[in-house]
Amino acid sequence: MFEFLLSFIPRAVSQGIPLMFGAVGETVTEKSGNLNLGTAGIMYVGGICGVIGSFLYETRTGVENMNGFLAILIPMLCCLAGSLIMGLIYCFLTVTLRANQNVTGLAMTTFGVGFGNFFGGSLIKLSAADVPSIALSRTSQFFSAKLPFAKSLGWFGQIFLSYSFLAYTAIAMAIIASVVIFHTKLGLNLRSVGENPATADAAGINVTRYKYFATCIGAMVSGLGGLYYVMDYASGVWSNDAFGDRGWLAIALVIFTIWRPAHSIWASILFGGLYILHIFIPSGTNLAIKELYQMAPYVVTIIVLIFTSLRNKRENQPPASLGLSYFREDR
Amino acid sequence: MENQVPVLQLKHITKRFGNITANEDVSMDVHQGEILALLGENGSGKTTLMNAIAGIYYPEEGEILVRGKEVSINSPRDAFELGIGMIHQHFKLIDVLTAAENIVLGLKDKRRFDLKAANAKITEICEKYGFDIDPNQKIYDMSVSQKQTVEIVKVLFRGADILILDEPTAVLTPQETDKLFHILRNMKADGKSIIIITHKLNEVLDISDRVVILRKGKYICEFVTAEADAQKLTDAMVGHAVTLNIDRPEPVDPKDRIRVKGLTVKNSDGVLKLKDISFTARTGEILGIAGISGNGQKELLESIAGLQKIESGSIAYVNEDGTEKELVGLDPKKITDLGVTLSFVPEDRLGMGLVGNMNLGENMMLRTFRHGHGLFTDRKAPYQLAEQVVKELEVNTPSVRTAVRKLSGGNVQKVLVGREISSAPTVLLTAYAVRGLDINSSYIIYDLMNKQKERGVAVIYVGEDLDVLLELCDRILVLCDGQVSGILDGRDVDKQQVGMMMTRLGGGEANE
Amino acid sequence: MNKVPLIHISRRKDIVWYRAWLVRIIAVVLALVVCGLITMVMTGLDPIKVYAAMIDGTFGTARRVWMLLQNIAILLCISIALAPAFRMRFWNLGGDGQALMGALGAAAVMILLGDKIPNWLLILVMVVVSIAAGAFWAVIPAFFKARWNTNETLFTLMMNYVAIQLVAFFVIVWEVPKGAGKIGIINQNSNAGWFPQIGGSKYLLNVIIVAILTIVMFIYMKYSKHGYELSVVGESEPTARYVGIKVRKVIIRTMVLSGALCGVAGLLLVGGTDHTLTTTLVGGRGFTGVMVAWLAKFNPVFMVITSFLIVFLQRGATEITTTFGLNQSYGDIITGIILFFIIGCEFFLNYRINFRKSHKEVA
Repeated sequence: MFEFLLSFIPRAVSQGIPLMFGAVGETVTEKSGNLNLGTAGIMYVGGICGVIGSFLYETRTGVENMNGFLAILIPMLCCLAGSLIMGLIYCFLTVTLRANQNVTGLAMTTFGVGFGNFFGGSLIKLSAADVPSIALSRTSQFFSAKLPFAKSLGWFGQIFLSYSFLAYTAIAMAIIASVVIFHTKLGLNLRSVGENPATADAAGINVTRYKYFATCIGAMVSGLGGLYYVMDYASGVWSNDAFGDRGWLAIALVIFTIWRPAHSIWASILFGGLYILHIFIPSGTNLAIKELYQMAPYVVTIIVLIFTSLRNKRENQPPASLGLSYFREDR
Repeated sequence: MENQVPVLQLKHITKRFGNITANEDVSMDVHQGEILALLGENGSGKTTLMNAIAGIYYPEEGEILVRGKEVSINSPRDAFELGIGMIHQHFKLIDVLTAAENIVLGLKDKRRFDLKAANAKITEICEKYGFDIDPNQKIYDMSVSQKQTVEIVKVLFRGADILILDEPTAVLTPQETDKLFHILRNMKADGKSIIIITHKLNEVLDISDRVVILRKGKYICEFVTAEADAQKLTDAMVGHAVTLNIDRPEPVDPKDRIRVKGLTVKNSDGVLKLKDISFTARTGEILGIAGISGNGQKELLESIAGLQKIESGSIAYVNEDGTEKELVGLDPKKITDLGVTLSFVPEDRLGMGLVGNMNLGENMMLRTFRHGHGLFTDRKAPYQLAEQVVKELEVNTPSVRTAVRKLSGGNVQKVLVGREISSAPTVLLTAYAVRGLDINSSYIIYDLMNKQKERGVAVIYVGEDLDVLLELCDRILVLCDGQVSGILDGRDVDKQQVGMMMTRLGGGEANE
Repeated sequence: MNKVPLIHISRRKDIVWYRAWLVRIIAVVLALVVCGLITMVMTGLDPIKVYAAMIDGTFGTARRVWMLLQNIAILLCISIALAPAFRMRFWNLGGDGQALMGALGAAAVMILLGDKIPNWLLILVMVVVSIAAGAFWAVIPAFFKARWNTNETLFTLMMNYVAIQLVAFFVIVWEVPKGAGKIGIINQNSNAGWFPQIGGSKYLLNVIIVAILTIVMFIYMKYSKHGYELSVVGESEPTARYVGIKVRKVIIRTMVLSGALCGVAGLLLVGGTDHTLTTTLVGGRGFTGVMVAWLAKFNPVFMVITSFLIVFLQRGATEITTTFGLNQSYGDIITGIILFFIIGCEFFLNYRINFRKSHKEVA
């Protein structure tokens, strides 16, 4: 049993990290009243932008001459820039032009997933590079570098310390987001924008600015989830559609954690575990049944949705203006 | 004081919404340490004008001067920085936050986020002017008057010295109003300038130093309150002499139509809204329901209309032959299926009675769409009805294919009332039928009520203006805290008596 | 000190219909220009040639035109299925799953009953089963929405993935040959359960069926009592209750219809054209359908235009990318950009931008 946990938990965690980034980013976004259904697309864009950055760096510099610091910095900045642009597009459409948030989010997903798959599939041809496939194994090594002494600490090291820096960044982000949202003036203002923008406006809070900032920061955090996935989890290998539906699960996690980012730490790991559960359930030669086990995260999400709708506490409701655009002069 | 520069000057302010001009060329001054009443009918542009000062709207033309300096107020924050604070009619508070959090919300303050220090300052303000609130209470647990207090403290906390209050007494009991006025006088003594928007003459005469009157978005005139009286103010406000007499024909052969017995209703949070209500509504009679808003009026009408879950009690519809039909447990469709034609003009017109995004014809269809053949709706009759209502009630609309949401409040109400009356009801329920309407439209509505009464309809009229209730209704049921405080004869009752009954069951204390 | 905002935005009261269409057309044209520029940067092609290639890719040959029509038909079928749900403000993002369940139903009948019952009966059973499967998949979230107001956006979305896994399961159960991991063409020799070809094309029947459904849906939404009820529920639930419309019943009834029509789309794919079952059979049309329906303001007739636009772009982009050996997802990028423009242009239909003149001359 212990052996099982030793191998299961680290894998669940590394599956959970992209969800954690996504859920934290989406929570920050939703706290400003923006329901960004484009998160799935943003995470694709974040991932592929990191891949493009590191691909160009790897092919130009050569694998031997790579500088560890730059190898991390370049993809990271590319990822953040790509996600930021997605956040800005979303904000421009929904905040400035007051477009429908759901439709904008879906269009962003179409665009983002297409963007990721297109460059994933055509990057080599477009950059005229002489490699058979995108496998950024060197960059991935930098990204997945672990604490050197983790191994010497036995099971403790394996469960708690065997992850790369991005994983700890995700946990830090969740904690920081929680503290900022619930214990600072900035967070108070942000919550008020999401609850009731007219009131926040009347109190002198710049609603537009808060929505832009929260959504863009949220998008960048979500984008890191895509970067983590491809650089660490997938060892630097981009395959189209591999990231799958994690963006949507991240959005579902926001409801699951009732808009409290700190809760997304354990919730994401739980969902990460569900994601890989099928690997650990012995099914012998029956391959078909494995496909059914893969339903687990979705079925659990549905059950969670039902249960959250059953309990109706005042504090556990979504931000009151979630999904609505704000126009000051509306009477 | 005369030689002082006014703290606030408006010069030639014009504000338009699309083709509608809400304010046209308005100029006025406000001095330090005075209470200025801004008087006008509903829809006269009082709130719009004040919103322009508070940074909610930006006027198309004109200048605003604060302490003699021209300013541009683009946002509520700009207004705060100039020391202007507005307490809106619909409170701008966030339910899930505490009073203190709401008060410090949006403050630009270099120091660390410190709710404790804020609490201390809130307590200080409360003691200075005589407020009574708990800074750590959540807004959703508060009464209306407590919420209003939070709003005022919020403005003072930000150091406002020009306070604008939009219809502050509309939701208060007389005792709470007295308390508020006492506080306003304290603030005035402290050198604050206060603008109070209202359409209640007695309050103007009671509290203000000066009155500015607006009509149809324009500045009409101003009085020093000491030199004005109710008649002068009314004349200026409505423009032409209005007979305040509302017709009240004698009921003809009243018979019982609705018998309510022991009605008890809880809302979705499990709070008791109606306790053991019993009364009878008769044909050919207008039964008025008086009470501070939120004392169960809404629940009472919705119970009769089949829209409320009823804990206990009975609502019996009495047929012509004296037999009874029980309405409890039936939804509006089942009530109609029983052959009971019950019309209901709800309080929230665009939220319940009408569909804002549909046009007039489609809204007429709401009551009759089931009449069509087979699977399909009958579209002809509703459009004809719409044309008829537009003509008979003088609805101001481009066409019957215009979305109702684009009409003004009075016209929306005419559409709703027109439709509800068109089905030849035997019971007519109305909630705040003249809220937001100008005087002429109000009279059209009173007239329609009387016509229904003469037709032998049992009319139940929930109102907020006691003067109207006393002049229009044959009997008045006073609600207090969800209970029947008394049923009075409309021809033989004075206002003070009704006012007392509206508050008696509250237990005398101002809060709750 | 005296900062007057340069731009001031106010809500429009009304806009004449031809100006509204002008704004939309300008948006589409602008989007096409932007897409052309991007394509030029990517491929180095002259933008005129790009569009020529796109038009050729969609209309170039009879086969391409048929493909265009077939794609429009399926997308339109899903879009009209989603329209009543959205008119009711029920965010049914589960079109993919519902159509896939319809496809699964049809394929199951073809495989299990293929040579056991006469062909006409087989097709009839396929129709019933796939409609029922689609409706069943839609009614689950509808029930919870109606009963407990469960968030339907994510619920329907998750149902898509459950459906995909379910199909993946059956694909392995029915795989031909064993170990292939796919089903291949069902009943290749007997053609049992294949829809009859009319006019010498296997696509024409689908097109005709969808055309009829579109008209029926237009009438249903505009003139029927059900259509009126679901509009009222979408606009305001209190108003619906006020006139005695049973909100829960309407939600469930509308979603049964929505899911059933999605099931038809799945049926048409399996029985009409593809004759196979894969997890990617529906290919994200559930999402695209949302946008087709939304852009057309949920009017089934306008959806013909919007679905044509989307399919044209996607097929055109596919043509370009195959010519250049690039990845097929290029079509999604183009679609995304066009959508951004059309979504954005709604602003100009609802709001007016006023440029403020300086009023210094007064002083």
